[in-house]
Amino acid sequence: MTTVVKEPTAVAGGVGTSPQRPDGVLKVSGEFAYSSDLWADEMLWGATVRSPHPSAELRGIDITGALAVPGVYAVLTAADVPGARHYGLEVVDQPVLAVDEVRYEGEPVAIVAADHPETARRAAARVKVEYAVRAPVTDAEDALTRGDLVRHVPIRRFATAGDAALTADVVVTGDYEVGMQDQAFLGPESGLAVPAEDGGVDLFVATQWLHVDQRQVAACLGLPPEKVRLSLAGVGGAFGAREDLSMQVHACLLALHTGRPVKMVYGREESFFGHVHRHPARLSYEHGASRDGKLLYVKARILLDGGAYTSSTPAVVANAATLGVGPYDVPTVVIDAYGVYTNNPPCGAMRGFGAVQACFAYESQMDKLAAALGLDPVELRRRNAMTTGSVMPTGQLVDGPAPVADLLARVRDRPLPAPATGDPRERPGGVANTTRGEGVVRGVGYAIGIKNVCFSEGFDDYSTARVRLSVVGGEPAVLVHTAAAEVGQGLVTVQAQIARTELGVAMVSVATADTSVGSAGSSSASRQTYMTGGAVRAACQAVRATVLARLGRATDPDRLGSAEALSLVDGKVVASDGSVVASLVDLLGDDVVEETVEWRHKPTRPLDPATGQGDAHVQYAFAAHRAVVDVDTELGLVRVVEIATAQDVGKAVNPQAVVGQIQGGTAQGLGLAVMEEIQVVDGVVRNPSFTDYLIPTILDMPPMAVDVLELGDPDAPYGLRGVGEPPTISSTPAVVAAIRAATGLALPRVPVRPDHIVFP
Amino acid sequence: MEFLRPSDWDEAVAAKAAHPDAVPIAGGTDVMVDLNFDRSRPGALLDLTRVTALTDWGTDGDLLRIGAGVTYRRLIDELAGRVPGLAMASRTVGSPQIRNRGTVGGNLGSASPAGDAHPALLAAGALVELASVRGTRRVPVTDFFVGPKRSVRTPDELIAAYLVPADPGVEQFAKVGTRNAMVIAVCSFALSLDATTRTVGTGIGSAGPTPLRATEAADFLAAELPWESLGPVPAAVAARFGELVGAAARPIDDVRGRADYRRHALAVLARRTLGWAWADLGGAA
Repeated sequence: MTTVVKEPTAVAGGVGTSPQRPDGVLKVSGEFAYSSDLWADEMLWGATVRSPHPSAELRGIDITGALAVPGVYAVLTAADVPGARHYGLEVVDQPVLAVDEVRYEGEPVAIVAADHPETARRAAARVKVEYAVRAPVTDAEDALTRGDLVRHVPIRRFATAGDAALTADVVVTGDYEVGMQDQAFLGPESGLAVPAEDGGVDLFVATQWLHVDQRQVAACLGLPPEKVRLSLAGVGGAFGAREDLSMQVHACLLALHTGRPVKMVYGREESFFGHVHRHPARLSYEHGASRDGKLLYVKARILLDGGAYTSSTPAVVANAATLGVGPYDVPTVVIDAYGVYTNNPPCGAMRGFGAVQACFAYESQMDKLAAALGLDPVELRRRNAMTTGSVMPTGQLVDGPAPVADLLARVRDRPLPAPATGDPRERPGGVANTTRGEGVVRGVGYAIGIKNVCFSEGFDDYSTARVRLSVVGGEPAVLVHTAAAEVGQGLVTVQAQIARTELGVAMVSVATADTSVGSAGSSSASRQTYMTGGAVRAACQAVRATVLARLGRATDPDRLGSAEALSLVDGKVVASDGSVVASLVDLLGDDVVEETVEWRHKPTRPLDPATGQGDAHVQYAFAAHRAVVDVDTELGLVRVVEIATAQDVGKAVNPQAVVGQIQGGTAQGLGLAVMEEIQVVDGVVRNPSFTDYLIPTILDMPPMAVDVLELGDPDAPYGLRGVGEPPTISSTPAVVAAIRAATGLALPRVPVRPDHIVFP
Repeated sequence: MEFLRPSDWDEAVAAKAAHPDAVPIAGGTDVMVDLNFDRSRPGALLDLTRVTALTDWGTDGDLLRIGAGVTYRRLIDELAGRVPGLAMASRTVGSPQIRNRGTVGGNLGSASPAGDAHPALLAAGALVELASVRGTRRVPVTDFFVGPKRSVRTPDELIAAYLVPADPGVEQFAKVGTRNAMVIAVCSFALSLDATTRTVGTGIGSAGPTPLRATEAADFLAAELPWESLGPVPAAVAARFGELVGAAARPIDDVRGRADYRRHALAVLARRTLGWAWADLGGAA
């Protein structure tokens, strides 16, 4: 007697494979149409007048000079906003156009539409704005003292009841600072608004969440949402920077005012003022441990500068607090995380979202503690590593896989890279010929991080998918339609893979994302493959059920058995014995089977406002990094030699895309470690250009050793775990730990600059 | 905006005389950035890319004359043996695309204190050849720069070429940037040692209102180097040379770096390039 174990059918181009991206060739060959390439007949170009002051009272705006420029069709100010004059993701506080005051440098004050982008730009320069300049509040500590608080999240968790004194054999403290990082996407903010005959508007735009844009734009235009229709245009990267509105309302206002399509494209410099950035942070930590290296308590104060408006600061503060001790078992945790308003550039979502800042501090502390205990840094981490069954500082049980100790061991056990060969590109300074080995010291550093996946704190987080099965040209074909934003991460590929696996159909196309289907939520929080992937799978299963129900009418029921025993393979319905029951082409005929499903992850709960306790998060993701660096200790220049990483992804739905996320995220973390910072002085951005805001080049990013674990999460579709953010989180502290190992310096601030090494 | 496209050098010089406000454009790696950012709006552009005479190089007596339109890529590929310092500097310019377009003539035209070619030209004692309908003159590069992005070139003049000794000594160039490629210099240093004349040339970039020489440092080193014996450079001499180079800089604090870091880094680069150049001369370590 043979037991037949049914293996999941491997489907060509399905889940677990790496089919070619549908947009891949277009992007590599420069043919892909990004939002900045949009075009419509008779279209006008928009331009934005921005405040040069971080804080000022608005005394008056004179638009007559701008209107007099030939070719100008409209000049609009706050008085021309027909609906709500403010918008916001969580708190509605950001003006469409400045009302009575400006609160940060670059705040939009007026908008212009003209028949040529240069004309629009010149007309914008002729808008006369009278400002009464005020002294800006630019220090987060001052802002907190003044009471300009966005949110305070306290965490209080005690090993023993009551407010026990925090004491331990070994105590280390540290003050850390994280500079303001920019997402530095390559495709600047852009879109095209087209006025419609029904009095509404069609907006084609690069964004991360069509429906949340639609809600805000409609409110500001004073239109019902159904009259504001959004379609996703080609997105050139996002990383959180497209969660907030930029030119969306402006282009629609100008289009509705002029009756002409209006395109807006920010230049690179304007882009630095057009989106939120990563919160700069100051973090003070105290770690107490027993002599044998067991953490007893962590006490922390985290201060995040939210800038002028709320954006997603409340959620960033919650992440920094709830993930504030890292992936470790800590019996007693006392954390206070604050987000404040200042007149600095608004800060909001960026890959890692609060977990990045905390990780730099807690991992720096773990190295400090290891040194104080005389322990190996990896060994100390492993002794305190969280496991399945651990409890978070919020009291939440970690019920999924938590291979923290294993991930650390994997990066530690990788062979170390060879010494430099003498190729100048391998030296600190690269081909700039600054050293032939003089002053160069090698260092190795480790870090591990934790990130929540999906939206937290009781948010009703869902995605919607519509899946249609029909016969096209004699072949079964599937159309997947969601509103989920493909931002470069490869979601468009993943959606098709899931449909192929679930429906056994090779020919799958993915419709352009738009608001004619329900919300998919944001392409953020490492959630889209989980959420929209889950929705597509559920919609496919609904289609499958409908198709199989038709089978019941057409075929001998005795042959069928239960629906579960049937599979859809290569366009056929196949019974458990492998025999073909029917072909989809015959079953469908000219009919179309279409199902739309709204899909949710398991619910989360709010945090207790006094204690920070609550099952606030959906899923936890972990990645570990080992960085090897060469530091020119005399010049303070750094070359990262190699980065090894290990990450549990639950299930690699698209293995090539997973590795791409890991490499890209690691590079972004390396950038924060050694070069990326928006320099703000007195509220004014000093380096709004890619000449002076440096991001890593191919000569800065070293080869990577990538170890992908697939420990399935039973709650998630296919067991998958969000992939996008964890690599960004731990690569920064790993690189800095390696620089510290090479130099012996404390280096409490990122990015580490050459003068920090030369003049500590 | 007028777009002038002379087909040869005489036409170019005549066009510049007729349109002294015309901005010459070669590779466009500076001019186009300024236009894109709307930082300047010249009345006319003078496109020099059709003037083939500008892309020639050859000897001129005991000098090597290099046309202003020779790209960084060609300096690296064709002239690395003849102008080693300038070729090293060229390797640090921008990206491959920029090096394929950009020219030293353009670098001189912009006269930025951060221009990568300038320290190497200063160290080599180069001449800049300026031409107009009035005639041609050769200006020592040491006299060429008069302020940030300002030079002695008059509005009717074009940069025709630059000239360096055909038989250079040993040359070195090093540049500090905060990433390992495609970066504007935080500071840079060029050194040349001529064993025949027992002279030292220096050039400092990105650490003053103009590219600078470290004259006192050069004189000190020329006097102290064991030219005859080619013995090791005493550590104290190397250190003092570095100090004097750092002291010759006139740096400021800006987004790219701190003034004190620039002085420090220049001292380190001076010491290191001295060691490498001395070794290239056959000197003992």
